[in-house]
Amino acid sequence: MNQASLSSIFLDSLLINNFVLSVFLGICPFIGVSGKFATAWRMGVSVIFVITVSSVLAYASNLLLVFLHAEYLRIIMFIVIIASTVQLLEMFIKKTSPVLFRALGIYLPLITTNCAVLGVALFQTAREYSFAQSVVFAVGASAGFALALVIMSVIRERLELSDVPGVARGTALVLMLAGILSMAFMGFAGMGGGA
Amino acid sequence: MAHVHGQELPASTAENMEAFFNGLWNQNPVFVQVLGMCPTLAVTNSVRNALAMGLATTFVLVCSNTLISMVRKLVPKQVRIATYILIIATFVTIVDYLIKAISIPVYKALGAFIALIVVNCIILGRAEAYASKNPVGKSMLDGLGMGLGFAFALTCLGGVREILGAGSFLGIHLFGANFQPWVLFLLPPGGFLTLAAWLLIFSSWKARPRKKAEALEEIAA
Repeated sequence: MNQASLSSIFLDSLLINNFVLSVFLGICPFIGVSGKFATAWRMGVSVIFVITVSSVLAYASNLLLVFLHAEYLRIIMFIVIIASTVQLLEMFIKKTSPVLFRALGIYLPLITTNCAVLGVALFQTAREYSFAQSVVFAVGASAGFALALVIMSVIRERLELSDVPGVARGTALVLMLAGILSMAFMGFAGMGGGA
Repeated sequence: MAHVHGQELPASTAENMEAFFNGLWNQNPVFVQVLGMCPTLAVTNSVRNALAMGLATTFVLVCSNTLISMVRKLVPKQVRIATYILIIATFVTIVDYLIKAISIPVYKALGAFIALIVVNCIILGRAEAYASKNPVGKSMLDGLGMGLGFAFALTCLGGVREILGAGSFLGIHLFGANFQPWVLFLLPPGGFLTLAAWLLIFSSWKARPRKKAEALEEIAA
């Protein structure tokens, strides 16, 4: 059992060990959908949704696997859970709130291959978090992902009209910005002394 | 592929070579397609980790491409993605236990990123774009080329980061005792900046012939 307090887990996953900028999870959507603020925050919200739900399910299924002594099935189990969570969530949102469904559009199915989702499930198992700790960790980590995505989208909108050399346009520019952002986030390391 | 045949002919050597070198250079998964960014950035703080990750991914790519190509006519279209992910996850589980058995330090250094090979978009990408449409031999070579191209790119990044950040290559110290390591390159920002630099080098190298042609046109005009 892990002894870390809930508030330190939350702060750690949100800022100190930000999933995108210092653990390197979810880089593909971070580069892919950070072009516009309007899409970035929607992606952020759907990721918070999916990660929290799949974290709870992964916690429950891990208990089952440990009970059955079948830990070697963990990776396969988690990926199936994530894929079906995304599918279920898509159906649920479509039924209950067509407005939100239209707003999220293609971003929902894309979340299956977002490694931050599988990362949360794997980390919470490896660190032996309790149920409450897992949920707090999932919310913190996914909010951290959304935060990084939104910051990056705002910077990119600002840079839209600036004069960038042709070779640096696109991914290389985003990576350079991410490097600088990541350096800025290193400043948070003093808050809790790393994990 | 460059050639389109009316019927399925046995693959020639030239075609096989093309399938192999495509991934290694022309369509390099990291430098050209910009796929699989997470492991590329996360495990390249030393050459050893980069090589281990590259080889593990190559193993999964070759095995999954081969198996998916074998069953490509048996799997119904609606459930193909789920089938691919299950096949990939099975091979990743094998690799996970394999690395644990071979080297505990490497296993600890790579950590959760071994399990995260499942969601590496290169693997699912090759399954969907290549292995599901091509014969077994070519799919295997495609997996090998893509995997080695990935390992090559990871080693390029790991080399720069280890030399600048620790003053060593594969753990062998290159400089004298007075070397001041540039620790930033071992930390997360170093990963982003190194990859950005490699992408800049690659894209300016690719833009070169076009620039030359433009300059010639200007002189002629």
